[in-house]
Amino acid sequence: DICLIRSSGTHSSTGGSTLLGYIGIDTIIEQMRKKTMKTGFDFNIMVVGHSGLGKSTLVNTLFKSQVSRRSAGWARDEKIPKTVEIKSVSHVIEEGGVKMKLTLVDTPGFGDQINNDNCWEPISKFINEQYEKFLKEEVNITRKKRIPDTRVHCCLYFISPTGHSLRQLDIEFMKRLSHSVNIIPIIAKADTMTTEERQEFKQRVRKELEMSGIEFYPQKEFDDDMEDKSDNDKIREAMPFAVVGSDKEYQVNGKRVLGRKTAWGVVEVENPNHCEFAQLRDFLIRSHLQDLKEVTHNIHYETYRAKRLNENGGLHPISSSDTQESNL
Amino acid sequence: MTSNIRYKSRIPVKTEDSTEEKQYVGFATLPNQVHRKSVKKGFDFTLMVAGESGMGKSTLVNSLFLTDLYKDRKLLNAEERINQTVEIIKHTVDIEEKGVKLKLTIVDTPGFGDAVNNNQCWKPITDYIDQQFEQYFRDESGLNRKNIQDNRVHCCLYFIPPFGHGLRPVDVEFMKALHEKVNIIPLIAKADCLTPNEIKKLKDRIREEIDKFGIKVYQFPECDSDEDEEFKQLDKELKECTPFAVIGSNTVVEARGQRVRGRLYPWGIVEVENQSHCDFVKLRNMLIRSHMHDLKDVTCDVHYENYRAQCIQEMTSKLAQDNRMESPIPILPLSTPDVDTEKLIKMKDEELKRMQEMLTKMQQQMHDKDQ
Repeated sequence: DICLIRSSGTHSSTGGSTLLGYIGIDTIIEQMRKKTMKTGFDFNIMVVGHSGLGKSTLVNTLFKSQVSRRSAGWARDEKIPKTVEIKSVSHVIEEGGVKMKLTLVDTPGFGDQINNDNCWEPISKFINEQYEKFLKEEVNITRKKRIPDTRVHCCLYFISPTGHSLRQLDIEFMKRLSHSVNIIPIIAKADTMTTEERQEFKQRVRKELEMSGIEFYPQKEFDDDMEDKSDNDKIREAMPFAVVGSDKEYQVNGKRVLGRKTAWGVVEVENPNHCEFAQLRDFLIRSHLQDLKEVTHNIHYETYRAKRLNENGGLHPISSSDTQESNL
Repeated sequence: MTSNIRYKSRIPVKTEDSTEEKQYVGFATLPNQVHRKSVKKGFDFTLMVAGESGMGKSTLVNSLFLTDLYKDRKLLNAEERINQTVEIIKHTVDIEEKGVKLKLTIVDTPGFGDAVNNNQCWKPITDYIDQQFEQYFRDESGLNRKNIQDNRVHCCLYFIPPFGHGLRPVDVEFMKALHEKVNIIPLIAKADCLTPNEIKKLKDRIREEIDKFGIKVYQFPECDSDEDEEFKQLDKELKECTPFAVIGSNTVVEARGQRVRGRLYPWGIVEVENQSHCDFVKLRNMLIRSHMHDLKDVTCDVHYENYRAQCIQEMTSKLAQDNRMESPIPILPLSTPDVDTEKLIKMKDEELKRMQEMLTKMQQQMHDKDQ
């Protein structure tokens, strides 16, 4: 569960104070909270994976609203695009007085062609374009109070539940992009595997990720302290989460649950015995949402910025006709 | 007697109701996630105190933060002070309360207003503030931004003597020199030598003069329309009470059966934390318990941005004029540069030079695009 601020009740002031009372410094937390509640939060999440892996459904399930532009019933005559497209859609959702502008970046066409060479390039380009946008705002003379943040904070990569191993495309994509964005690999449509099959598959996938040197989020090198490290170690051991998504409800044991109904039973999305959706949700939203943003801002964005500043000739505006990628 | 300004917690308790649980995604915990990080890192705050000697500045700081920052201070006599110039002295203290860490920096300005000829005596102070902005600007524009130290001055308490009839010329000039660089909070010092009527008259007079001379002191932000009535009332009282008339004390006395901070006179006991005696509590609540965060925000979003915009404009216009690739940022003289510092400075200068060139090119491009 979320670790709230622990109140120790006593206070000490290094400076030899013997004098009475309570200064009230801890109220700055409340002041900050008030301020951040007022300004609201932004979160940008990208989903990548070939079509049919349930990406849109999963995001809708995660945020319990129709965030994805796709309706629940997939129109069969929607064509697969010839190249990877990047489609963003934003929604403002509110919960407990907290307003969040959630932007979902979809990547239809990824991995769907016969020849998928370089299909990650439009995605990489998009991610860097957002960094570039932010950088331009930052170096402006009159800066906005809150620079609009379109940078991708999290990229959910959907692994096909083949039960065997990662595909070549999976490794290529994650290898290339794990240094510019937070990648969270997940095993999609986990209801095609039994619990044992799922465990074995996970082990194999984790091993392959390790062997390919892919650092997925939460990256080991960014653990702040021992507390973070131990929390994140537990999560890393359990990743990639095997998930099932659904926006339909069924009655199970007198309760209404989200699930998938089959002839042999109902797969309950939020039941930890059935799949790891709840774990993913808690990890992604309830404990690491802010951290995803911070790693994006403090590390990935800074890396991009440093590279840009070191280049000869300074900053050039990126034009849409640029097919040649700069050495990024 | 302390008074707390209440804030309603807007995060509802998770109910047992299954329908609520069903709709609950969980990002309402976001503020907690943000705060967890901040609590771990700790906060910092830089407070400057300015005013003539003997206004009770040190005592007030000690009273506000329950510390004893000036234990071993030596007070100079008049002769020693003749040739003294305004100095800038920083004291840093780490305070922790209920798990929240604050690194408090007090910037003291001894010598201000003490000379016979006080012309431009605020210059060392404005220079200091600019220096901090410049340092931050360099750091922010540099390549490695991981651990930027924020030494910018978030607030300046200016002590007005209670003996006069309002603002003196030096008060006006000082505040005008600083009001666009730092949040100024004017205070009436040593308020225990005035009767309540006298205080009221003085406050009115000072408020009038602040308006008349166009001095922009720190403005409390407007209340949200959805705050409760009590809060709005408190906020209104606060605004009508400025400038705060304060009293400080380093001693504890016994008053009405309690041990309180106060001053013992033959005719009675002045209690620092008694709201009917002085505005100390209002100042403390405002400074620490309700507006500390806003003071920092205004410093970052307004004062610093003004400085930065000015700086960049000077740079770009100078570069356009001279057409030379020089670093036009005025490098303020450092006190004792040694070899290592010099190397570091040179490195940073080169870094900065590259940055300026890149910046200028960009501005030019954008300027050309606009035309």
